[in-house]
Amino acid sequence: MNETFERMTEPGYPVVARSGRRLSLVWLVPLVAALIGLSMLVQAWLSAGPVITITFQTAVGLEVDKTPVKYKDVTVGTVSSITLSDDGSQVIATVALLKSAESLARADTRFWVVRPRICLNGVSGIDTLLSGAYIGVDKGKSSQSNKAFAGLETPPTVINGAPGRSFVLHTDDLGSLYIGSPVYYRRIQVGHVAYSQLDPDGKHVSVQIFIDAPYDRFVTAGTRFWNASGVDVSLDTKGLKLSTQSLTTLIAGGIAFATPPDDVGAPAITAYDLAKDQQSAMAPPDGPARYIQLRFEKSLHGLSVGASVEFSGLDIGRVVAIDLDYDPIGHRFFSVVGIEVYAQRMGSVLNKLPKPDGDPQRQAAQFLRGMVEHGLRAQVRSDNLLTGQLYVSLDFMPNATPVTFDVDARPLAVPTVDGGFDRLQEQVASIVGKIDKMPLEAIGNNLNTTLVDLDQTLKQVNVQLLPATTQTLQQARQTFGVVQGVLASDAPLQQNLGQTLQEVQRTARSLRVLTDLLSRHPEALLRGSPDDAPPVTSGSRSVSAPQEFPR
Amino acid sequence: MSGRLRARQLGVIGCHVCGLVCKDRLGERGHARCPCCHTTLRRRRPDSIGRAWAFLLAGMVFYIPANALPVMYTGLLGSSSDNTILQGVISFWKDGSYGIALVIFVASVVVPCTKFLILGLLLVTSQRHSRWAMRERARLYRLIELVGYWSMLDVLVVATVAALVKFQALGDIEPRIGIFFFGAMVILTMLSALNFDPRLIWDGMATHE
Repeated sequence: MNETFERMTEPGYPVVARSGRRLSLVWLVPLVAALIGLSMLVQAWLSAGPVITITFQTAVGLEVDKTPVKYKDVTVGTVSSITLSDDGSQVIATVALLKSAESLARADTRFWVVRPRICLNGVSGIDTLLSGAYIGVDKGKSSQSNKAFAGLETPPTVINGAPGRSFVLHTDDLGSLYIGSPVYYRRIQVGHVAYSQLDPDGKHVSVQIFIDAPYDRFVTAGTRFWNASGVDVSLDTKGLKLSTQSLTTLIAGGIAFATPPDDVGAPAITAYDLAKDQQSAMAPPDGPARYIQLRFEKSLHGLSVGASVEFSGLDIGRVVAIDLDYDPIGHRFFSVVGIEVYAQRMGSVLNKLPKPDGDPQRQAAQFLRGMVEHGLRAQVRSDNLLTGQLYVSLDFMPNATPVTFDVDARPLAVPTVDGGFDRLQEQVASIVGKIDKMPLEAIGNNLNTTLVDLDQTLKQVNVQLLPATTQTLQQARQTFGVVQGVLASDAPLQQNLGQTLQEVQRTARSLRVLTDLLSRHPEALLRGSPDDAPPVTSGSRSVSAPQEFPR
Repeated sequence: MSGRLRARQLGVIGCHVCGLVCKDRLGERGHARCPCCHTTLRRRRPDSIGRAWAFLLAGMVFYIPANALPVMYTGLLGSSSDNTILQGVISFWKDGSYGIALVIFVASVVVPCTKFLILGLLLVTSQRHSRWAMRERARLYRLIELVGYWSMLDVLVVATVAALVKFQALGDIEPRIGIFFFGAMVILTMLSALNFDPRLIWDGMATHE
């Protein structure tokens, strides 16, 4: 073949084959491309959610096309523009929400800007220090959708759908509670204060608290709430008391709750009373108060409104009023003390007491009459000598003077007796009176006479008895001197005695020599003593042996 | 130029594989094969303008999402953002990095747009067998072939940076769907340039003679 080509001067003929009509498939490429582009366009169009506007006081941290809107930390939209409102007082942020987040734009949905925030009870939004602020969303429950929202200036403390329950507490005074103040149960933080508002009548404050699950089940119908804010310092007749819940409550305030141990665990209600401290919160329900008036004739310095009223040592009420009254007949002033008595505080003993017929007021009057007839009296007593505070004591006086009790008097009045201090004063006075009655002068005179007699007796003793005594003593001394002379070592009697004794000794010795001689030489009695025999003396015998030794 | 003869005028055709020259019998039915290597003989690339148009249009379609969609996700120290190409260029420009901004702008906007324009121009003129500035048009064709190598710059940058910057929470860069469209657009325009037969530029001369 190659040779053929080389020799050819003219180009040869190509092989011609049949060919079918071919469809150009290349046009599928732009078709696919267009389809992809179109599908993305459709997707973008479909995923474009509603555009909403949110008004804020300030646009700090917000950036157009950057600041995201996050719900549960998922980005659901972006701020597309920020403009001022017409009057310039607010900032309007336009937010393009995603299609999937369409359901977030409910009428009661809340929006707020999450920025780093440092408040009394913690720091929040630290992550936004680096990432920049974002708009937080709390989905509402309303079925109506909305396009324009007013943003919150502070993050809401309770997020919708958070597990837990809200409760409303009624109190007279908010104290040092703030939004976000903790709620404690057995000193464990279980919730927080969501918000607080003044009631429309302006007389009470409603505090909404949120208790996180699972702690919310500890709230039952009988649960008591009290304000555990700060340090509770109370100085009353019981002395100084200081208590606090935790260090946080010192600064940020707090609420604590507990359930009385005898609670039956009925399902929780929604509204409770907020007591001012634990003691009053945990006190059993007082029931209706009964107003009783007491008339005291003495000054009541130290008795204050709020002082306790005790019955047999049990705190059953408090003083609500102290007034002055004038008696024109005797031109005297009385102290009229109004007390409120909570009979329920007496507890189970109430069931054992007799129950007269009639309306409650009548019942109480009848009951009191019986008590007064048995000696029930009111008395102002001093509880604490240091603070000088007084309290009212209702007690049975064993020797009380009988008083008629007016059952129909309103308000009821319980007869009074003088207080413990006054009684003490009386006793002291009676003692002083008795002392006063003593014949002190006569006693003195008698004493004086006795003393004179004693003086005379003593003088007699001095004049007569003492010289005789001196004489006797001198004689005795002389006698002793003589005796001393007789008994002295150099006295002639002593010397004579010594000589006599020596003589006796010598005599005994010679007698012994004689007996020795006679025992050895009995013949000497007849012949005389042998010449060679040395005289033997007592004492030389014992020393003879050592004398021989050196020889 | 008029004195020069072209293969068509001689009635011959060259095999582009083995270089054999045969008589041009393409006007007859069926298609011719090289008697030597049996390669299909063609005067020009088949359906060159149509294919080039198709790829060019597909590329142009893809260029829209490539610019509209984010190409890169950057998360640095908690601040995260999706960036489109133009946003990146603007942010670089605003930050004072004029050089980088310019490079990115040229690579991702100027070059593709130029390619679209040039290819469009070439295709239109070739379809109309225009004799206008044929030499310059040939030069333009060589230019876009040359530039084609550098069109993938954006894709490379994203790929490199996404691979390098992986510091978990501190910094993270990830590619986004836009860069896929950009890459597809570059490939499609290259295919378009490849399918365009530059000999078509000169065919206008033959028809007018």
